[in-house]
Amino acid sequence: MATFFGEVVVAPSRAGLDEEEEAREETPEDREIRREIEKKSSLCSFGREIDVLWSWRSGGCAEEPLVCSRFIVAIGRNAAAFLSSFILDSVCWEVVGVVKLWNEWCKTSSTTNVLPTDSFCLFYRLISDPTVLLCQCSCYVAEDQQFQWLEKVFGSMQKKGLQVTILSTCPVADYKTQESTLTLVSPFLRALKTKEFQEQVCCPLLEQPNIVRDLPAA
Amino acid sequence: MFVPCDRGGGSAAPDFKGFTLLMPAVSVGNVGQLAIDLVISTLDMTKVGYFYTDCLVPMVGNNPYATAEENSTELSINAEVYSLPSKKLVVLQIRSPFIKNKYRPFCETLLSWVKSIKCARVVLLSSSHAYQRDDEQLLGTPLRYLLTPDLEKAVGGHMKELNWKEMERVAAYPGISGTDKILHIPGGGITKLLFTESCSEGIQLAVLLKFCSEGDNIPDAFVLVNYLNEWLQLIKSEVNPSSQWKIPSSWRLLFGNGLPPALF
Repeated sequence: MATFFGEVVVAPSRAGLDEEEEAREETPEDREIRREIEKKSSLCSFGREIDVLWSWRSGGCAEEPLVCSRFIVAIGRNAAAFLSSFILDSVCWEVVGVVKLWNEWCKTSSTTNVLPTDSFCLFYRLISDPTVLLCQCSCYVAEDQQFQWLEKVFGSMQKKGLQVTILSTCPVADYKTQESTLTLVSPFLRALKTKEFQEQVCCPLLEQPNIVRDLPAA
Repeated sequence: MFVPCDRGGGSAAPDFKGFTLLMPAVSVGNVGQLAIDLVISTLDMTKVGYFYTDCLVPMVGNNPYATAEENSTELSINAEVYSLPSKKLVVLQIRSPFIKNKYRPFCETLLSWVKSIKCARVVLLSSSHAYQRDDEQLLGTPLRYLLTPDLEKAVGGHMKELNWKEMERVAAYPGISGTDKILHIPGGGITKLLFTESCSEGIQLAVLLKFCSEGDNIPDAFVLVNYLNEWLQLIKSEVNPSSQWKIPSSWRLLFGNGLPPALF
């Protein structure tokens, strides 16, 4: 594609194509080098591995999964702030877990003493009913880490009879609607639910062609 | 990887033996995916399952093929399988890009699923960058096909009757004569990898692709799906074939919202 100044630029593709991947034919040597780098990076703090640390686990793998009846996940700073302002307090809730991860956008640590401006991912349990779990995830979980996050967090839970609620926010400008978003009264709520969720939803369902992506979608 | 839908009544996992598997490559202009949307929407195919995979960017939304209030609330995710037993057709739709370094794992898992379900053949809809065509490719039809050797034996003759053009191989080092000719599908996503893997695994796979550029790719999708229809005859094509395809409701607002009245 040529621009007005005559230089040729490669048009970005909506298909998210990674040309490098296609062109790169890996030799056995390349594969070995890549494996070594991955091994090394998982040892130091700059790997893509996610660690989920639970307070009741001493590190053994043969522990019982957590019995959980309700799991509320707040993803993003706005949703995390909502929980901090209206739900969480140090009397009724205790910290039971933390996610340690690193990516190009943020880094979290295993400390549970966090400021609202930090990037963190913490798990809380309701003291009066320990089967109610809450997660505040204000850090960005990269594309290649989302599946890992999912498997490691939900892998620690017993999922029968579990009700999961995900809270998240999106910019109004991303909302697709017939009218202009300038005239829309915001903020407003939309929901997506699985067919197993039989209770009443407190707001309209998300209309096509709108979609949800990243960790809330995962 | 494949998780069947729970349709109730204790139904067994769906049987795809002898079916044709139709799927898109996530490629330039998303043409293959748009064409698959047209197929699923027009033939009113039923969802039979999805792929649980870490190779694609997660996404979720409500039913993209909804026609009324009642059927609009079924959740839809990034890789879903639909089927139409009356035409022995099973379709995989992919709705998000691949995560870096996940092309190969996905292709390997997909091909082992293809072998396990014993489908008769796989048809991959794809596209390639139009600006990378050479002088000869600039003339004539922008549509091309490729067949693995196992499928060539079965349908190669039919392609000649249809007067289809096979994708040309290009010199490995352009400008230097006497070098090997290789397959080069720029912008085709997993197309080349899936094709070469299928050749070596003895899978009957066909690739149908169109040269195109990013932009409004709806016309490209129609051209590709009509090309597919010349072979598979999914819908009747005596009258104007383009008018027979049903555009899904999720294609609304592809190019943004309505304009604020205050602009004028």
